[in-house]
Amino acid sequence: MLSRTAASLYWIGRYMERAEFTTRLVEATIRLAALGGHAHVSRAWMSALSVVGAPPLDASREGSMPRRYLTLSEDNPSSIRSCIVNARDNARAARTALTREVWEAINRAWLMIQARTSPGGVQATLNLVEELKAELRGFEGAMARMMRNEGYWFIRLGSMIERGDASARLLDVKYFLLLPEGQKVGGKLDRDQWTTILQIVSAKTAYRHLYREALKPWLVADMLIFRRELPRSLAWTAEETVELLGEFGARSGRQGPADRLARQRLSNLQALDIDTVFQRGLHQWLQAYVRDNNAIGVAIADQFKFA
Amino acid sequence: MAVGKAFDELWGSSRAKAARSGFEPLARWLDDTPSVELSRRQQAAEAAFRSLGITFSVYGEDASAERIIPFDIVPRIFSADEWDRLSAGLEQRVRAINAFIDDVYGARKILKDGVIPPDIVLTNPQFCIPCAGARPPHGVYAHICGIDLVRTGADEFFVLEDNARTPSGVSYMIENRDAMLRLCPELFDLFPVRPVDSYPELLRETLYSVAPEAAREPRCVLLTPGHHNSAFYEHSFLADNMGIELVEGRDLVVDDDIVWMKTIDGRMRVDVIYRRVDDAFLDPLVFRPDSLLGVPGLMAAYLAGNVTLVNAPGTGIADDKAIYSYMPEIVRYYTGEEVKLPNVETWRCREPKACRHVLDNLDKLVVKLVDGSGGYGMLVGPTASKKEIEAFRVAIKASPERYIAQPTLALSTVPTLDQEGMAPRHVDFRPFVLTGASGVTIVPGGLTRVALRKGSLVVNSSQGGGTKDSFVLAPEPAAEGQS
Repeated sequence: MLSRTAASLYWIGRYMERAEFTTRLVEATIRLAALGGHAHVSRAWMSALSVVGAPPLDASREGSMPRRYLTLSEDNPSSIRSCIVNARDNARAARTALTREVWEAINRAWLMIQARTSPGGVQATLNLVEELKAELRGFEGAMARMMRNEGYWFIRLGSMIERGDASARLLDVKYFLLLPEGQKVGGKLDRDQWTTILQIVSAKTAYRHLYREALKPWLVADMLIFRRELPRSLAWTAEETVELLGEFGARSGRQGPADRLARQRLSNLQALDIDTVFQRGLHQWLQAYVRDNNAIGVAIADQFKFA
Repeated sequence: MAVGKAFDELWGSSRAKAARSGFEPLARWLDDTPSVELSRRQQAAEAAFRSLGITFSVYGEDASAERIIPFDIVPRIFSADEWDRLSAGLEQRVRAINAFIDDVYGARKILKDGVIPPDIVLTNPQFCIPCAGARPPHGVYAHICGIDLVRTGADEFFVLEDNARTPSGVSYMIENRDAMLRLCPELFDLFPVRPVDSYPELLRETLYSVAPEAAREPRCVLLTPGHHNSAFYEHSFLADNMGIELVEGRDLVVDDDIVWMKTIDGRMRVDVIYRRVDDAFLDPLVFRPDSLLGVPGLMAAYLAGNVTLVNAPGTGIADDKAIYSYMPEIVRYYTGEEVKLPNVETWRCREPKACRHVLDNLDKLVVKLVDGSGGYGMLVGPTASKKEIEAFRVAIKASPERYIAQPTLALSTVPTLDQEGMAPRHVDFRPFVLTGASGVTIVPGGLTRVALRKGSLVVNSSQGGGTKDSFVLAPEPAAEGQS
């Protein structure tokens, strides 16, 4: 496979995953914002913006500016529109490595978002979110039917790196930035915010199944970091990254720095538990995780000669 | 040139009273199928094209503006006899084209024998000086030709243009057929339509057959200018259906006159390049130095015989419109036969007498730039404004050698769906002719382009043209039963 094609596929994975994450982030934030007064709305959107590393925006008129910025803005390189435009651009360039179905799923999402000019009011944004979720499910479905070869592995690899990054930052923002002054981690936190997190990673039911307890912040952190049953946990993405890189190694008979870094990250994770993480400081630990995740992304680009 | 007087592919010259012999089922089908139903199917086809991304962009428009080419649901039909005659003419012409290119970059016998004036070849901007003396494997230069044909009567087919560089449109032949099979399956019960889906396989065989002899397990790639090119869909479609890599210039590197592509497993050698990049952009070291689309050193690798370029560089000399006017002589010279597919009568403005005739009749003629294509740089006298005509008069006087002129032909029509129902619209036809090591192959089909505006004769997609499926019928089944 051409290195350029491999790079395009990897970025399709990253952009589509980012589009999906941001879609769920917008949805959950709207629901969270609906639960309180104006100060609450503003805090909810500030939190959403900091999860994606965006500057704070005026959240008046039911968060109209943040809603536009996250969904349709052309100025935001990570808005859902930008992600889908970029994914499609890469999909066009790597067209021959995609099945017709995968291409059509991306193209359909693009046709849909191209036709939208404004996120409208809150309800209209929720409608847009529903449409996007349907399109993104279409993409996942098409991916599931793709032949398991390099093309598939590169897209999945991109998704896993993106997902590791997004899940870690989501958790970090909720714990660190939103922790009201004077509150200890694990103290009495806003229950709604934790529900929001679970919505974003589509794990509300999973939590009940896994823990059979009321919502406790440290258990949510445990689930998002360590529970390999959950496809959006760090453990799951770390494991999947190792496996995907292993597929390439099995085919070519060669391994590289990316394999080593990914395996090391997984074994570090397996040797830890949530208590140790809290003792070391969750924020510091998550920051380090995001850095390691980036390093693996760089090593992948290097190993497969993306440049 | 009034529509209605033109020969119709379905009705012949009967003015829609009686379908041509053998085509009656199409007339009945048009009668029986309500036009709202046809319109619905046509919209379904266009929606499918949009979803597949079968789009093109028009030069001078926003690069991100992607359009689909309008598709018309009513097919154009060739009888088995018509096709036999056409394909014999196409084969003859393409053999002559390859012999001509081989000759002008080699011994130049045709020039020495005075069949065509040497200056028209040797000073032609399409004459590729670096290509002289280089003979590609099997002496094949124009592996893929798209020959544009027009029809003016029951037995009157003419070649309007030869496209021997990088002709496009073949993906529409296949995708239009796909759409017709899906949306109008009953037509394939009414007519024994010959399939066209073998084209990618035949093209693949053609590419492999012309690999350099030293390549034991040749690797072919398709070189595209990139995904912003107007024909990118076709490039990816063909690469995909042939199972070969689709590469851009930056994916290739030439080292010691050998071409490599950059893959995730390191460099891999490339032996055959089906290139959809124009000559001028192929290699910045030899042609346009500002080209970012090509590969530095590619021409050296080609001249060293280490890679086959399809089509070979320099084939533009055979489809230049000034050379075109000599095609009957060229065919006779190399094949010893009379031309089976005649040219459209052509006045070369480089000849003073012809030029006077052209200037006196600008309002009746079609004037073309000798090196223009895609419907750009063209004057259609009868529909042009006075201002346009005067602009051409000035341009022709300034550089007569750049222009040719042809009569305005009453191109044949095909019933075409428009807002008010069925109406005759003018068409042309581009079949695709493959030449490999073992000879010429023609898939029974091609691209029918249709001028959607009433009375218009310009079928180019960049000028508002559309496409139709082109049915080529199988010969009547033999008397013995099917096995």
